[in-house]
Amino acid sequence: MQTKTIQNTQKAVQKTERISGSEAVVRCLLAEGVDILYGYPGGAIMPIYDELYKYQDKIHHVLTRHEQGATHSAQGYARISGKVGVAMATSGPGATNLITGIADAQIDSTPMVCITGQVASHLLGSDAFQETDIVGISTPVTKWNHQITKASEIPEVLAKAFYIAKSGRPGPVLIDITKDAQFEEFDFSYKKCTGVRSYKPVPETDPNSLKAAAELINNAKKPLVVWGQGIILSEAEEAFKAFIEKAGIPSAWTILGVSAIPTEHPLNVGMLGMHGNYAPNVLTNECDVLIAIGMRFDDRVTGNLDKYAKQAKVIHFEIDPAEVDKNVKTDVAILGDAKASLESILPLINKNSHPDWHQKFKDLYAIEYEKVIKHDLHPTKEGLTMGEVLHQINLESKGEAAIVSDVGQHQMIACRYAKFNQTKSNITSGGLGTMGFGLPAAIGAKMAAPERQVVSISGDGGYQMTIQELGTIFQQKTAVKIVVLNNDFLGMVRQWQQLFFDKRYASTEMTNPDFVAIAKGYYINARRVTKREELAEAVKEMMQSKEAYFLEVCVEKEGNVFPMVPSGASVSDIRLS
Amino acid sequence: MEKETKQFTVSVYTENNIGLLNRISAIFQRRHINIESINSSVSEIESVSRWTLVVNLSEEQMKKIIGQIDKQVEVIKAYYHTEEEIIYQESCIFKMRSDLLFDERQIQNIIKDSNARIVTVNRDFFVIEKSGRKEEIEMLQRELSVFGIMQFTRSGRISVSKDEMKISKMLETFNH
Ligand SMILES: Cc1ncc(C[n+]2csc(CCOP(=O)(O)OP(=O)(O)O)c2C)c(N)n1
Repeated sequence: MQTKTIQNTQKAVQKTERISGSEAVVRCLLAEGVDILYGYPGGAIMPIYDELYKYQDKIHHVLTRHEQGATHSAQGYARISGKVGVAMATSGPGATNLITGIADAQIDSTPMVCITGQVASHLLGSDAFQETDIVGISTPVTKWNHQITKASEIPEVLAKAFYIAKSGRPGPVLIDITKDAQFEEFDFSYKKCTGVRSYKPVPETDPNSLKAAAELINNAKKPLVVWGQGIILSEAEEAFKAFIEKAGIPSAWTILGVSAIPTEHPLNVGMLGMHGNYAPNVLTNECDVLIAIGMRFDDRVTGNLDKYAKQAKVIHFEIDPAEVDKNVKTDVAILGDAKASLESILPLINKNSHPDWHQKFKDLYAIEYEKVIKHDLHPTKEGLTMGEVLHQINLESKGEAAIVSDVGQHQMIACRYAKFNQTKSNITSGGLGTMGFGLPAAIGAKMAAPERQVVSISGDGGYQMTIQELGTIFQQKTAVKIVVLNNDFLGMVRQWQQLFFDKRYASTEMTNPDFVAIAKGYYINARRVTKREELAEAVKEMMQSKEAYFLEVCVEKEGNVFPMVPSGASVSDIRLS
Repeated sequence: MEKETKQFTVSVYTENNIGLLNRISAIFQRRHINIESINSSVSEIESVSRWTLVVNLSEEQMKKIIGQIDKQVEVIKAYYHTEEEIIYQESCIFKMRSDLLFDERQIQNIIKDSNARIVTVNRDFFVIEKSGRKEEIEMLQRELSVFGIMQFTRSGRISVSKDEMKISKMLETFNH
């Protein structure tokens, strides 16, 4: 039954019809299954907006308040759904406003297609009104980009765009369409792209590398798995769980990898990197075999490379051959799709449990708990901590919420302490660290998964970078829960100033507006919490609200995030205070 | 610690698309690597372009960069070679004052001995062309500069590898 309908629609879209370029764009989006897109109109993209008006029952255009917001919303949508997010903007300033989100999507491997309008082709290169060379500007931050100057190119190029954005290691694609191409009529037909000559999205897996890796794993006394977003992108969650459970290996995550397996999974030993957990960081420099899966040894994860896991044999499961040996020299590289590779290696792996090795993780966790976690989650001192807010959210969400965080101390706290039972639930800007990401990304996430609780957590700094998206939330009636952890500082920078710049707080103190009044100005329910006694009740009220809800929590001004690997230090030199 | 740098010739087979030069040169630019010379042309395969770049860097850097080039959607395959692994040519032309040709006997000998060729002669100037290896071209330039060179220009390197590059076979394996 299912196949029949698909075949029918295939046939339906393949017969040709004379339509305009702009209508073709909308038809292509529909053929790719796009039912929502984020954008902002303007002169050079008006023909496409005009078509969207005609198709508004099939495709929902969300007018964000800034093009950057459109890209982050498309990213949030893509990250939680695994589908391609779509953002649209006009030429010139509209297009350049997309760049931050595109760069963010590129470094975090998020599938996204951006469509920009461009001045008419006879004006290209003439410094025409609102002309920018967006293809040139976006080249270093896109997986692929292309300018269309003829309507007839639209179907093929858009099909290619979606294919490239989604396949292999995903990423953002930008398609720039001149205004005349949008008006021009041509004979339209659409065929999905299934391959591009010169582009091999998934490299072949060498069976010998699987054997070599299995042998190392089977002989390891102290193996450690470090996993990243690759597990989520290749939907390898089950295969991954089966693998670590059979081999009994303690497993630690990068912030884009978390939520691939439940937080409470007994083999989950915590977060890696600069503000990661004590045990996995220290024991990285003690393990005998380090198995990296779908992660790229980012410098925030490795600290000083010269002192990173030098004692270990390194196995790297990776879809992008350019990542192998880029930062850390590997002994065995397993190229290919993580899911397929993990499924193939499973039968070669011996059942194991490594109890003594696991005990080391538990011992170090106990130290971290006493020195850090206890005080973060259950503080007794005056002043609310960011950790206790997360703790309350966990109690209310029971690990079912998607947490969308911005960038700064609250992000590290959110990643460290949020509990997840479901995959694709931690949405944050990892590689670029884009302040202002959180609020608009939460909009996209909630729209992709309306049945889920989506909680956005921002600092007072980043929140004000895209605060205008409250307007989008209000207009769209998007029931996101917005938490601002207000410390009246650009907290993360202030922490560095305190630790490394003699407490010279240069331009990090913020005089903030009345955030509650602002939310209310957008007709969003809002509440401010300043005392511990009010917190539990307020979080409960927020989580139970059926509509959007804004909660400002005034937290201690000079709280710090620990543990911390100071930049340039080794992961095993991690500080607890 | 800076690793020892060497000269490498990079060959890239690509789709013939606008904008690719930007993408590839940006890979070098980001890492502060100067491209010594660059040449783009058609190749033995229809609709496939071939690029030849000359760069100085460490082999470790070279390997990583090849990975980044290879990763571009429109790149079919990128290779790097040391000087011993390729046959290469560069070409150059000199413009010189015509009276030198008649007054300085030496010039005629230099042209003959260096296997250069006179492309054109007119009343004011004449043009010499020479193809060869880098050192041969440099030597000719040194010899002629004594007499005064009005204009000099040199092409990018073009090269073929001693080993086979299985591009046609590779193209068959890409799904269409
Ligand atoms: C767009 C952008 N500008 C600057 C920075 C540098 N930066 C990183 S964290 C941070 C402070 C964030 O402060 P806030 O949003 O209040 O969050 P907190 O750290 O207090 O939780 C800054 C300025 C950045 N990451 N992104």
